Amino acid sequence: MRQNGLSLSISIKQIIMINNYSLSDISSQVRRDIVRMVNMAASGHPGGSLSSTDILTVLFFSEMNHDPKEWRRDGKGKDMFFLSAGHLSPVFYSVLARSGYFPVSELASFRKQGSRLQGHPSVERGLPGVHVASGSLGQGLSVACGAAITKRLSGEENFVYVLCGDGESEEGQIWEAAMFAAHNKLSRLIAITDWNGQQIDGPTDSVMSLGDLEAKWKAFGWEVIVADGHDLDAISAAYKQAKAGSQNGKPKMILMKTHMGMNVDFMQGTHHWHGKAPNADQTANALSQLKETIGDF
Amino acid sequence: MREKFENTGNKDTRSGFGAGLLEAGRKNPEIVALCADLTGSLKMDAFAAEFPQRFIQCGIAEANMIGTAAGLAVTGKVPYVGSFAGFVTGRVYDQVRQTVAYSDTNVKICASHAGITLGEDGATHQIMEDIGLMRMLPNLTVINPCDYNQTKAAAIAIADLHGPVYLRFGRPSVPNFTPADQKFEIGKAVKLIEGSDVTIFATGHLVWEAITAAGLLEKEGISAEVINIHTIKPLDTKAVIESVARTGAAVTAEEHLIAGGMGELISGLLARELPSPLEFVAVDDLFGQSGDPAELMKLYKLDAQHIVLAAKKAISRK
Repeated sequence: MRQNGLSLSISIKQIIMINNYSLSDISSQVRRDIVRMVNMAASGHPGGSLSSTDILTVLFFSEMNHDPKEWRRDGKGKDMFFLSAGHLSPVFYSVLARSGYFPVSELASFRKQGSRLQGHPSVERGLPGVHVASGSLGQGLSVACGAAITKRLSGEENFVYVLCGDGESEEGQIWEAAMFAAHNKLSRLIAITDWNGQQIDGPTDSVMSLGDLEAKWKAFGWEVIVADGHDLDAISAAYKQAKAGSQNGKPKMILMKTHMGMNVDFMQGTHHWHGKAPNADQTANALSQLKETIGDF
Repeated sequence: MREKFENTGNKDTRSGFGAGLLEAGRKNPEIVALCADLTGSLKMDAFAAEFPQRFIQCGIAEANMIGTAAGLAVTGKVPYVGSFAGFVTGRVYDQVRQTVAYSDTNVKICASHAGITLGEDGATHQIMEDIGLMRMLPNLTVINPCDYNQTKAAAIAIADLHGPVYLRFGRPSVPNFTPADQKFEIGKAVKLIEGSDVTIFATGHLVWEAITAAGLLEKEGISAEVINIHTIKPLDTKAVIESVARTGAAVTAEEHLIAGGMGELISGLLARELPSPLEFVAVDDLFGQSGDPAELMKLYKLDAQHIVLAAKKAISRK
C-alpha cells in the first residue's frame, strides 16, 4: 500500500495564496467545491458536507496544528484529524485540497474509477490526509481514542480531532468509545458532533430521538461545549476552550449546532439533500448563492 | 514414522499465545495488548503485569476495542487484540473489515476458544465460522497453529509481519509435539510425514489427529502424508499441489464448518489446478452443543478415526 507524501504537482503558490483569504472566503469556496464535486460525480452527500463546512474550515485553516506538506499517516508530532462520518467526504476532500494536502484539480476525480477520492475516505490509494477508512458509521471515535493513547504513551502533547454526525451517534459503538475515552481520561481527544438534526430518513427527532445530547455526553464523563457551528468566531472559541482543558482529565465533545445544506436555500434545513446530487440547473442555482473566492477547481 | 512425534504433555494453545505475547512484548516496545474483560481466559495477564502501561483494558465492548486497536496501529503501535474467537470476528465483522482489513492497519486479532472443543459453554461460544469470515477479507493473514509451542512461535512471528493478522487458537489442552524453539514461517506449510497414497492437510490441533490417523493407516498398509497448514491465508499453494500431484488424493481436517474453511480453500485450488478426490473432515452446516470436548470431537466426526475413514474414501475415488 502506498503511503506517499504530497504530490509534487502541488503548487506552493496554492498554499501561500490561501493565507490571503479570510475564513469566510475559504468556507464559501469549500461550499462551491462540495456542490460542484457532487454534481460532477452525480452522487454524494452535500447536506452534511455543507453543514460541517464552517467547522472544518476553522479547524484546518486556523486551529489545528498540522503540516500538509509533511503529512504522515502515523501523525507523529502533529495534531490528527479523523472523519468518522465518512459520507462527509466532499467537505473533507475540499478542506484537504484547499489546505495543500493534494492538488485542488484532483477534486474533479471525486467518486470516479481509479480516483484516490473514493466515495467514502480510504487509505488504499494513499490519499494524504486520510489515516483510516470510514463510511460505515460509528467507528471513527474509537480509532481516535487509539491515536490519543499512542500520543499519550509517546509523551506527545498534540490533539486528536474527530468529526461525527449526530445521526451517527445512534450507533452503539459511539457510546462504547464514549465510556472508554472518559475511563482513560483522554483529555487531548476533541470530538465534534455536526448537530444538524437531520439524517437520511428525516429529522433525527422523528427517526430516533437523540434526547438531551449535552446531558448524555456529560453523564458519560466528557467536557461538553455547545457552539453555533456556523459562527466562525464561536467555532474558534469552542476549539480554544477544548484545547485549554488539555490537563483536566476529560475528553471533549463540541456539539456544533448546524443546519443541513447551509447557505444553499433549497438544501438548507431538510434531510432531502443528505445523499442526493443536484442536477445542472440546481447546481447553477446553488453556485449563484455561493461566492467564488479562491477560484473553482 | 509416527513415533518421531512425541507428545511432551498436553497444553492449551491459549497459554502458548500468552507466552508468545510476553516474549514478543519484551523484544518490541511498540507492542500493546488490548482485551475485552477476558484477560485471564486469553492468558494475557503476564503481559499486563509486566507492561501495565502497554495493556489496555477495554471492558465488554469489542467494537470499540477493534477501532481503538486500529487507531493505535495507524499511529505506530503493534496492537494485539484478544478475545474469544466469536467476539473478535462475527460480532465485529464490519469494524474488522473497515478499520483493520480495508485500512490495512497492523492489528493482530488474537482469538481464543475457537471451535467445538470449547465444550461445555455450548454453541453460542463455539464459533466454527471464523476462519471463513476472516479469510474472505482482503489484506488479512489467517493463522491457526497446531499446539502450544507453535502458537507461541506464531504469536512472536506475527509481530514482524507488517499487516493485519487473525491468529486462532483454543481453550482445551492438546498434545504439544512441535519443537520448543521452532522458527514460525508465515505462509509456509510444514510437511510432518511423507506418504504416497493420500495427503492429509490439517490445521490447528487436528494436526495431531492427522498424525494419529497416519499411524492407524500405516498399520493397514496405507501411506499417508501429513501436512500442517498453520497458515490458511496466504495458502502455501505450491506445497499443496506438489503433494497431491504425488499422492493423488487428499483429506482436509479442521475444527470448523466445511463452509468457508481450509478444506474449501484447498478444494477450490485443486479444482482449478489439479482435480483430485478430496474428502472433508469438518462440520457440515451445524451449530455445536455443550459437552466434553473429546466426546464432541467424536460426535462431530473430527477425530483421528474419521480422518482414517475419509482417507480411505478419498483413495477409493482415485
